[in-house]
Amino acid sequence: MYKIISKRTLAPNIVEMVVDAPRVAQGAEPGQFVIVRTDEMGERIPLTICDYDREKGTITIVTQAVGLSSRKIIDMEEGESFADFAGPLGRPSDLLELPEEELRKQRILFVAGGVGTAPVYPQVKWLKEHGVEADVVIGAKTKDIFTYVDEMRKVGNVYLCTDDGSEGFHGMVPALVRDLIDNQGKEYDRCVIIGPMIMMKFAAQATKEYGIPTIVSLNALMVDGTGMCGACRVSVGGKTLFTCVDGPEFDGHQVDFDEAMRRQAMYRDHKKSNPETHKCKCHNG
Amino acid sequence: MANRIPRVAVREQDPARRATNFEEVCYGYNAEEAKLEASRCLTCPKPRCVNACPVHVNIPAFIKAVAEDDLERAAAAIGADSTLPSVCGRVCPQESQCEGSCVLGIKGEPVAIGKLERYVGDWAIEHRDELPTPEIVKNGKRVAIIGSGPAGLACASDLAKLGYEVKIFEALHKVGGVLVYGIPEFRLPKERIVAKEVEAVKNLGVEIETDVIVGRTMTVDDLLDKEGFDAVFVGSGAGLPRFMGIEGENLNGVFSANEFLTRANLMKAYDDEYDTPIYSGHKVVVVGGGNVAMDAVRTAKRLGAEAVIVYRRSEKELPARVEEVHHAKEEGIIFHLLNNPTRILGDEKGWVNGIECIEMELGEPDESGRRSPVEKPGSEHVIDADVVIMALGTSPNPLIKSTTEGLETNRRGCIVADEDGRTSRKGVFAGGDAVTGAATVILAMGAGRKAAKAIDEYCKSL
Repeated sequence: MYKIISKRTLAPNIVEMVVDAPRVAQGAEPGQFVIVRTDEMGERIPLTICDYDREKGTITIVTQAVGLSSRKIIDMEEGESFADFAGPLGRPSDLLELPEEELRKQRILFVAGGVGTAPVYPQVKWLKEHGVEADVVIGAKTKDIFTYVDEMRKVGNVYLCTDDGSEGFHGMVPALVRDLIDNQGKEYDRCVIIGPMIMMKFAAQATKEYGIPTIVSLNALMVDGTGMCGACRVSVGGKTLFTCVDGPEFDGHQVDFDEAMRRQAMYRDHKKSNPETHKCKCHNG
Repeated sequence: MANRIPRVAVREQDPARRATNFEEVCYGYNAEEAKLEASRCLTCPKPRCVNACPVHVNIPAFIKAVAEDDLERAAAAIGADSTLPSVCGRVCPQESQCEGSCVLGIKGEPVAIGKLERYVGDWAIEHRDELPTPEIVKNGKRVAIIGSGPAGLACASDLAKLGYEVKIFEALHKVGGVLVYGIPEFRLPKERIVAKEVEAVKNLGVEIETDVIVGRTMTVDDLLDKEGFDAVFVGSGAGLPRFMGIEGENLNGVFSANEFLTRANLMKAYDDEYDTPIYSGHKVVVVGGGNVAMDAVRTAKRLGAEAVIVYRRSEKELPARVEEVHHAKEEGIIFHLLNNPTRILGDEKGWVNGIECIEMELGEPDESGRRSPVEKPGSEHVIDADVVIMALGTSPNPLIKSTTEGLETNRRGCIVADEDGRTSRKGVFAGGDAVTGAATVILAMGAGRKAAKAIDEYCKSL
């Protein structure tokens, strides 16, 4: 069993958990994900690894309640255990493959939105450990729902923006990216975008205009997460790939985001996605 | 003459009723029926059935024991060659193996070897506590098994009996591999049969750890170097689904059979008490003609859909077990044979609403000996469907191959291994679908057992 060592609420409906999973922690690298299951009746849910501690044998995950299963996850308490916590899955970030010397010269921009901020953190932290200070754009609808800003400030140069102008730059992330390049003299060799599908689509469009090679991390639907089911298939440059084994990171200028968004919403209207109609014995049902 | 007795019919759940539930289709023989059926066996001095069995179960011996009501002896006779009789009795393609070569089948109906094997296997499960347990002397050697499907379970079981400390690593949260994620409950009960077979393996002292994806959580080299195992057996199966590569395959409502069956079987999505959703659709088209296609189409039917098979050859070429095709027809599955999909059609929201097929006719035999289907030009037509399931076969998962240096694979991604499971890497053995590509439970079980022998020889040479 995989015990929840600590739990804290980062924003309404967004929860961070540190989970005891020594085997996963041993192999985890930035960019990878885990599959968790709350209990015997539960779904297998993929979550990006937000931090790992090999010595303590723990993995940090951040979950936003959007449906029944994510609600079940955030309702779990410290001391309780996940029935399953399997990983690390997916390919580690491409950054890890760059030769040290080349890596040091890289000017890297991270763009994070919503619950995507947490999974950006291990990559920025890893870069800092390897002598690279990256710029990190974090966007939110309003200032109350920012997450991981303090942590991020310790490892990178943070730029905030809000849709309503309540903090930082007034506007969405693509506008801030343009502002950094057009008005603040920034230049980037590569960009990594993690966040809601729609945000990744428009942020990737912006970096394409500037010809910045861009990586996005997709949070597709999955069942097994090991290449068995194909639920997570995505079109990248006209080719069908599996997010779980070929990704989760892909070339952001090649991903068919419209298809990816449509596929992500496949079960949104399913009766089991609605706590009103789902008859499970979980305490939300 | 004994063979004047007609083959004893097996009792089954009524087709109309079973098409709405997930309970097992076949009830199996009771003691009286089994004895009567067993009495039909001629106990041929040169039994052709034994040769036709991939693991050469001594069929006449176990059947004779059934006829004489000595089920302990029957179980022992099967157990000498097979680890999973209650599973194989249910899922083996008997018509092309043992029963297909039964002498009685030449003029009449063959002995129901599969049903008798199942009867003995189920009896053994019920009476396991009373059966003598093998005396195990530990030899201090440790073997890691990757995958808890039929190959892994069989290999683990044999090695444990030889005194090895055996640990199985399973990627999913449940033990059994294809027996739990692939084959549906109505063909192979999970708690009553699969879980009991797993329990028997555990009772031999085999340890099983779930949620470990070898190739990600750990590598094969970690198992040998860090975890201190003397040898590794790779029985990771063939889990990677194939698609056709036609237009519309990524529309919402198009699934691989693996996804559809995993949701239903492993995640119990058909049960409202479980959280995992499944789209059953109103009209489901399953593309393919193998056992997996039959499992998917019959699952869709049970979830309430009108369910159709689209297959490019004719009925004679259907690779599925004859019994599955027969059961599917009884349950009202529609067979749209000699048809091949050309594209999948969707509505403005990106959901499937039809599948375009072209009619086929059979031409010259291909390398497999089956007549290859040829398109009839201009015969394209659309079948309405709100769910399309691709059951086109699977390939081995590349995770282990891509993370194990020096492990040779062929162009189909299968691990290269000799007859006894030795791979290109010292101390690494493999068997089952990971080596052959998608095949049968009995072949995987046989490969696991052969590898166990080879592993024993290897460990003794260390």
